[in-house]
Amino acid sequence: MSAEPPIAAPTSAAAPAPAAEPRLRRGFWLSGRGAVTAVPYFWLFLFFLVPFAIVLKISLAQPIIAQPPFTPLFGLDGSLQASLDNYRFLWEDSLYLVAYLNSMKLAAISTLLCLAIGYPMAYGMAKAPPSIRNILLLLVILPFWTSFLLRVYAWMGILRNNGLINNTLIWLGVIDQPIQMMNTDFAIYIGITYSYLPFMILPLYAALERLDPDLVEAAQDLGCKPWKAFATITLPLSIPGIVAGSLLVFIPAVGEFVIPSLLGGPDSLMIGRVLWDEFFGNRDWPVASAVAIALLLFLVVPIMLFQRMQLRRQGS
Amino acid sequence: MRGRRNWFLFSALCFGFAFLYGPILSLIVYSFNESRLVTVWSGFSTRWYGELFRDPQIINAALLSLRIAAVNATFAVALGTLAGLAIARFGRFRGRLLLTGMIAAPLVMPEVITGLSLLLLFVTLEGLVGWPSGRGVTTITIAHITFSMAYVAVIVQSRLSSLDGSLEEAAQDLGARPWKVFLVITLPIIAPALIAGWLLAFTLSLDDLVIASFVSGPGASTLPMVIFSKVRLGVSPDVNALATIIVGLVTVAVVISGWLMIRSDRRRERDVQAALADRG
Repeated sequence: MSAEPPIAAPTSAAAPAPAAEPRLRRGFWLSGRGAVTAVPYFWLFLFFLVPFAIVLKISLAQPIIAQPPFTPLFGLDGSLQASLDNYRFLWEDSLYLVAYLNSMKLAAISTLLCLAIGYPMAYGMAKAPPSIRNILLLLVILPFWTSFLLRVYAWMGILRNNGLINNTLIWLGVIDQPIQMMNTDFAIYIGITYSYLPFMILPLYAALERLDPDLVEAAQDLGCKPWKAFATITLPLSIPGIVAGSLLVFIPAVGEFVIPSLLGGPDSLMIGRVLWDEFFGNRDWPVASAVAIALLLFLVVPIMLFQRMQLRRQGS
Repeated sequence: MRGRRNWFLFSALCFGFAFLYGPILSLIVYSFNESRLVTVWSGFSTRWYGELFRDPQIINAALLSLRIAAVNATFAVALGTLAGLAIARFGRFRGRLLLTGMIAAPLVMPEVITGLSLLLLFVTLEGLVGWPSGRGVTTITIAHITFSMAYVAVIVQSRLSSLDGSLEEAAQDLGARPWKVFLVITLPIIAPALIAGWLLAFTLSLDDLVIASFVSGPGASTLPMVIFSKVRLGVSPDVNALATIIVGLVTVAVVISGWLMIRSDRRRERDVQAALADRG
């Protein structure tokens, strides 16, 4: 297989490429390169794509007390047993819709907070002398390598009623009763912003570092005020970084489970936690599957946008 | 005006890094606190480190997590490298779009969805073909490989795209077989990306709570699962001690690998310059 020259792939492929796309190489999958590609392809197909089909299937089933705890898609007589009952249930019980909307709100505000903190940081890093740029980059990446769970846990110690912030403020005499910060939406904003900040900074930095400083300098030489040069040149050119960073924060944050369950209160519903409870608490696999499919539908547009950005990055 | 802007950027950087590192520092400081009430200081002590190492549940979970992480990272690098190579070097082929999609989507997919879908796959497979029988270490490892390989593929692919294929083409023109081109030319070029990818896959696996909770079975509790069940009940000082150890190890590893990477980049630059000077 490896002795085959990859340039001159055999043309007697079993599945000829469609004529509409003549630039696709014929018989790729029969060449050595095809064999190399097939291994990760098959893995991702089996363990990433197929599972979604199964989730969709089980979301149409009914829960039963059995192993596995759901009805088969086809009855004993071969008839289709699918029903949309689980989705009707999601729609009729306002808990779920509230949880979806609340997750979107919490994730969106946290994304804006990440942008507000991350943009000036990324800009400062890109403007820093090249000798310390790598060190600053390392400092941004370092927290990302330490345990996510433990970094969220750190905020439990800081935000508690007898935690670091309240103790300090009481000691300073600013307040005499602790402020309730744990188990609130505020704690969730802090948790998401803190945990996902590096994901915002890295693409922003990549976009700002690539930016040609001569452009801004030329504008300023021609009499452009610094803030105007920033607004008309730097900001528009960094939009790919802003979009990539925002998607990297927003999409996983919507489905976040650890942060709301450790920092959030009982009324700060997030859909990831609802799904978890449905699965582990109620052991209702079909409803948990329907929650997952509905969450995917909510996220389909941002995920497609992210895919397109990745494709464009690969193209250039 | 310029000075004022630099001052603004400087304070933004200071604030940002304080925000990033403050909580980690507080974890470390309070791990040496005597009191059980984590944030009330009552004197310096290392007793929580002692308790940590006497807790067989934590030690066993840590060993299990390290084992899964190492196997995961190795497989993820192998599969991710092939995928990255295919996207960066094999041109357009049928199904390339789907492959790039399957590489990008795991990076942002909410963990609860990935975890649930993999569990349902494993249950279905067990019903259909009898494999995997039950859930545990094997299923956790497979789940981790699936999302880790996407990260490795992105790292390898961006390393390959930043270098043009001229070296590989030259070797091929000189008659090298494809696998030899890969071993002698491509592999050394992407070696730093492979090391970075291995370390990232290792950390991602060590860190994962949600996906492991879904696909795990009785008896297979990873370190994050044990930590989560402890901290769910409130703060606990031995978790602070554990966090300090993890932060220490990660810092050492990241500083060493960062230093090695910067050094190898500098050496390559020097080599390129020397080669250009020779030719001139």
